[in-house]
Amino acid sequence: MSKALLYDATVCIGCKMCERACADHHGLPYDDDIAAEQKQSDHKYTVVLTKDDKFMRRLCMNCQDPTCASVCPVAALRKTALGPVIYDSSRCIGCRYCMMACPFSVPKYEWSKALPLVRKCDMCSDRLEKGLPTACAAACPTGATKFGERDDLITEAQERIANPPGQYVNHIYGLKEVGGTSVLLLSSVSFENFGYRTDLSSEALPLLTYRVLSHLPDVVTIGAVALGGIWWLCNRKEEVAAAEGREALSKAPVKA
Amino acid sequence: MPKVKITFWRAVLIILLVVGAYATYVRFFQGLGASTNLTDAFPWGLWIGFDVMCGVMLAAGGFTVTAAVYIFNMKKFKPISRPTVLTAFLGYQLVVVGLLFDLGRGYRIWHPLVMWNPHSVMFEVAWCVTLYSIVLSLEFAGVIFERFHLFKLLQIQKMLVIPLVIAGVLLSTLHQSSLGSLYLIVPNKLHPFWYSPLLPILFFISAVCVGLAMTIFESSMSSRHFGKQLELPLILSLGRTLLVMLSIYTTVRFLDLLHRGAFELVHKGGWETGLFLLEMMLTSVAPICLLLIPKVRENPKGLYLASVLCLLGFVTNRMNVSITGMEAASGQHYFPKWTEIGVTLSIIASGFFVFAVCVKYLPIFQHEVAYQPITEPEALQVEVPELSNVEY
Repeated sequence: MSKALLYDATVCIGCKMCERACADHHGLPYDDDIAAEQKQSDHKYTVVLTKDDKFMRRLCMNCQDPTCASVCPVAALRKTALGPVIYDSSRCIGCRYCMMACPFSVPKYEWSKALPLVRKCDMCSDRLEKGLPTACAAACPTGATKFGERDDLITEAQERIANPPGQYVNHIYGLKEVGGTSVLLLSSVSFENFGYRTDLSSEALPLLTYRVLSHLPDVVTIGAVALGGIWWLCNRKEEVAAAEGREALSKAPVKA
Repeated sequence: MPKVKITFWRAVLIILLVVGAYATYVRFFQGLGASTNLTDAFPWGLWIGFDVMCGVMLAAGGFTVTAAVYIFNMKKFKPISRPTVLTAFLGYQLVVVGLLFDLGRGYRIWHPLVMWNPHSVMFEVAWCVTLYSIVLSLEFAGVIFERFHLFKLLQIQKMLVIPLVIAGVLLSTLHQSSLGSLYLIVPNKLHPFWYSPLLPILFFISAVCVGLAMTIFESSMSSRHFGKQLELPLILSLGRTLLVMLSIYTTVRFLDLLHRGAFELVHKGGWETGLFLLEMMLTSVAPICLLLIPKVRENPKGLYLASVLCLLGFVTNRMNVSITGMEAASGQHYFPKWTEIGVTLSIIASGFFVFAVCVKYLPIFQHEVAYQPITEPEALQVEVPELSNVEY
């Protein structure tokens, strides 16, 4: 069964303990200046955004059918059975197609390094392997970030929206977006306020390119046969003409 | 007069190479952050948009002309197959050089060949470009063999020409269209003027248009700078084919925009609209209108003008897809840093330089039989008739 995170913005108090726990777990620096940064970057895999008195977390959504894994030419990114989308830095060539393609614009780059790598939240894959929750969920003092089975968390999110009604916008973000994600969000205000796209289709994006790529063997096979055939026809025409031309030439003096 | 001209271009070349060398130092010692205006929100810039997207497109003459000459047996185009294959060959080498600048870890450029992900368009492009570079070097090898009178090798190469050309056409079809497919994955990020499910088809047809336009352009340039040019009937026939291909492209592009309702966005204004209209003007309206006039179509200068407009138009198109169209969704404006422009210009300059050197020292524009082995009269009698007869 795949694991997931449920973040409920109405329970969040903006303490940023999740940010600190994430930095500690991934060996990243964390201080007041970094805490004040309001965006994800190569040294900040998760961020608690503050707008008026509302909070919203941003982290890798760890998609069910990840776009980044589908576009990566060297398969450096992949979805594990437990849920996390992990990155094998030893494969990465640095083409940054994952950054381009990610519908949530999550992967970040080490722009200041001479030999850079892609950086993003990996849903604490190593902790999950040991049966532990993610560092952010373990550190959350209010339970705003909750770790569990994806199916259970979906049921719980639906219950929270329904009872009592009116507390949340009627939308579990991540339930259907680009085929579903392993991070589910609940909020009392529109997700767009915090830069989450609400125009994403419920179909996983990898299909868009795979539909074209799957025709590749047809193009190659039919194309090769067709081109070979055209060449043969065009050449044959000439050979015949040449043969007939020679015959005509040899007959011509006789007639004359 | 010609000496002054050469000195001027040499000076330009040297200046560009010096700027490029310093930009290269910044790029490789201080990283992409110091050498580009790329950010997490805008990860692909000039090096992908121009060096790769336009570079591959401008090298499309290679497969267009070799297909015409060898597959469709249009022998009259044979004299232009060499300059176009050379352009394509150099073009792809320069694309790879551009990629080495853009990739965060260029020394791992070979990884896609051993670490597979067949679901990735980028993986397919990597394979196609690698294989096509090999095909192009084998196609071009004939010129080298001929220049150094390696007739045995030349004969072997000639036997392989048809399979090579077929492979080249297939590989080009695949990766020219795949450069468009790369953007199929960003339906929410790319502006509706440019996002279309037909991107691969549009990229392929426009590559054929550019292949033809580049051939006309090159012939004109080489007549000016090397005193070598193609026969007029050839250029005229290229011009007519260009008109047909541009019309097909325009029809597909127009219907696609119409059915997706993208034309309505023109009313919104903004620089996206400006650049979109400029692109449509240069790719479709202007060259087609010009080529429809017999006086323009039947005159090398008119054809040159139409080709240049068409080339500028499709360069605008590729830049629009990769840069203009991606800006709004990224929430920021991107303009390349001087280092990015410096590297790109010096790559182009070295391309022109190598092309000029090749034209000077290799049998690019001459007819093949001009290079006969004078020292081996025996071989001449045996080999040359065979060589000139081996027509495909």
